[in-house]
Amino acid sequence: MTNKPTKGVSTPISRRTFAKGMAIGTAALASPFSIIGSANAAKPLKIGVLSPESGFFAREGQACRRGYELAGPMLADMGMPVEMMFADTESSADKARTAAEKLINEGAHILVGAFVSGHTMAIAQVAEQKGIPHIINIAAAPQITKQGYKYVFRNFATGPMLIKNGFGLIKDLFKATGTTPKTAVFMHVNDTFGKAMAGGVKALAPRMDLPFKIVETIAYDPKAKDLSVEIAKAKSTKADILLPASHGPDAIMMVREMVKQRWEPMGIMTPGAPGTYDQAFFKTLQRFSEYVMANVPWMDPNLDMTKTLASGFAKKYPKNMMELNVGFSFEATLIAADAYKRAGSSNPDQLAAALRETNITNHVMVGGPIQFNKEGQNVNIKSTTLQNLDRKPTVVLPAGSAEAKPVFPMPGWRDAKRK
Amino acid sequence: MTWDTIANIMIGGVLTGLVYALMALGLSVIFGVIKVVNFAHGEMMALAMYAAFVIFSTYGLDPLLATPIIAGGLFLIGYIMQRALVAPFVTRPEHEQFILLLAVAILLVNGLLLIFGPDAQSVMVEYGFDSFEVGPLILDKVKVYAAAASIAVALSLLLFFKYTRTGKAIRACSDNLRGAQVVGLNIKNLYALTFGLGAACVGAAGCLLSMLVDITPMLAPELTLLAFIIVIIGGLGSLSGALLGGVLIGASEALAGLLITPSMKSLFSFGLLILVLAIRPQGLLGKRSS
Repeated sequence: MTNKPTKGVSTPISRRTFAKGMAIGTAALASPFSIIGSANAAKPLKIGVLSPESGFFAREGQACRRGYELAGPMLADMGMPVEMMFADTESSADKARTAAEKLINEGAHILVGAFVSGHTMAIAQVAEQKGIPHIINIAAAPQITKQGYKYVFRNFATGPMLIKNGFGLIKDLFKATGTTPKTAVFMHVNDTFGKAMAGGVKALAPRMDLPFKIVETIAYDPKAKDLSVEIAKAKSTKADILLPASHGPDAIMMVREMVKQRWEPMGIMTPGAPGTYDQAFFKTLQRFSEYVMANVPWMDPNLDMTKTLASGFAKKYPKNMMELNVGFSFEATLIAADAYKRAGSSNPDQLAAALRETNITNHVMVGGPIQFNKEGQNVNIKSTTLQNLDRKPTVVLPAGSAEAKPVFPMPGWRDAKRK
Repeated sequence: MTWDTIANIMIGGVLTGLVYALMALGLSVIFGVIKVVNFAHGEMMALAMYAAFVIFSTYGLDPLLATPIIAGGLFLIGYIMQRALVAPFVTRPEHEQFILLLAVAILLVNGLLLIFGPDAQSVMVEYGFDSFEVGPLILDKVKVYAAAASIAVALSLLLFFKYTRTGKAIRACSDNLRGAQVVGLNIKNLYALTFGLGAACVGAAGCLLSMLVDITPMLAPELTLLAFIIVIIGGLGSLSGALLGGVLIGASEALAGLLITPSMKSLFSFGLLILVLAIRPQGLLGKRSS
């Protein structure tokens, strides 16, 4: 017959049991790691990862996923094991919200994502309501970190930061090449990101003493299948340069249409938007992808962590190109793992408190240490000028990090220099 | 803005509209005869676009030359689909037809997603970046070729219906089904032929459109919606109405982009749809139902 404890009646503790318990307790306390610490080590942080892996932003979402997938083993090697729970936002804000709720219900300790500003806003609302920390890998709409949220942290530049850094670099480009255009046309995708960029350009351009005038701003449908009308309008302005704020497929459509309509401005340079340095951009446009510029945050090739990431990427994804979506997605998980290590708990409040104290000096992207201000924004992110040279996004500015000299004005579409 | 710019934009819109018109023509043919609305129309078009992409990337065959092959393939698919799937539903309530074809649409989109993934694919023919210069006008070479091919296919279809015995028999089914049965026409076969012809139209349109836009499975529902807008504006069941509707949508979207803002192009199409429904519910060239 076994001695089963009876419900509601305390079980008497024998002297032997008490002594055994004390011995275990003392050993545990004397150990350099507490019982809580051991439990944490056994249970890796559960990161709910949200990306648009299908739908309109699938290409970018899958690039983000590559960054997350590389992060798992790299963080484990660094003594910070994490468990990834992937969810597809299907390029829809509604799906992003539902996916975030589902991940939290399934036990995610922290959320990471989600590339598109509109989707990220929906996820941030869920995170705030449920009290679960959310680290934004990529999303530039400034309002996300202006809501007074306590659990939302962004390791990406806001639209105004991108534009301010971008315009600063564009001015440097003109100085470096001795060529100054007089007019520009700004074309932006008409979604949350594009509108944020447009708002930033409108607000910052007059204050930044730009040498050129923005003669026309053209907004286009995010799901546009054809940009012929938009480019015809832009061409009719006879602007010297085109400043696009696009995503990916639209950047391809834009350049393709410029070639067809024989519009040859002095340059195409985004003040801080993606699309022009993607693998698909090079693959589809071939020689017409050359000399296009993007002023965006980028990986610092001189850092050890970047080298490790690049080597892991080349091994795992030999057919793909490592770009900023990979870098920022990797860093988002690094931030989460670092906070968990310091918090010593998966408790959301303790994780959020640890995130506020983040100070990561060893990371992959260009800029200062990863630190968040009161709004949860990393203000140390910097941009670089990338120019497509020999089918590769090449850093041409700032001069200190440059891999090549900038080419401006760009050669015409049928110029022999384009190979 | 100069007149050259306006003319360039308008011509571009009309050329794209002609390809849209071919797609809508298929929908109109099927509804005009069988009285079944093909809710998988855009999805069948996406299938054709992927077929063009596969043929181009594997054999390097220009989609213009691949058009008869793909249209033929889609004809077969349409024929079999009608005989095996749609035929039992022809006499059933409309909502059952809707569910059936919606299921087909979902299967097609997800099948394409499974095989090709979500990434956009493009068919870049050698002349994909070229244009014709006609005085002050710069005409997109691909659009010109696609529009010309579209006109050729549409014209062949109209001639088929007007001058061939089978075409006349199909029209007879559409005009008076009971009469057609009485004179001994093989209705089942004619219905399947009609569905096949509609599918062939969409196959040809998909093949041509693959040169103009990037291909993703998610494009399919948008194309279905676009086909509906066009045929409703032109008149459901009217072949010439579908052609007119396509050109109108292409031109009006271009005009909206020019006069208002490019991001309002779709709004303009829907505005036109509402206007037509309010003023002439049967569509511009449609017959008023008795």
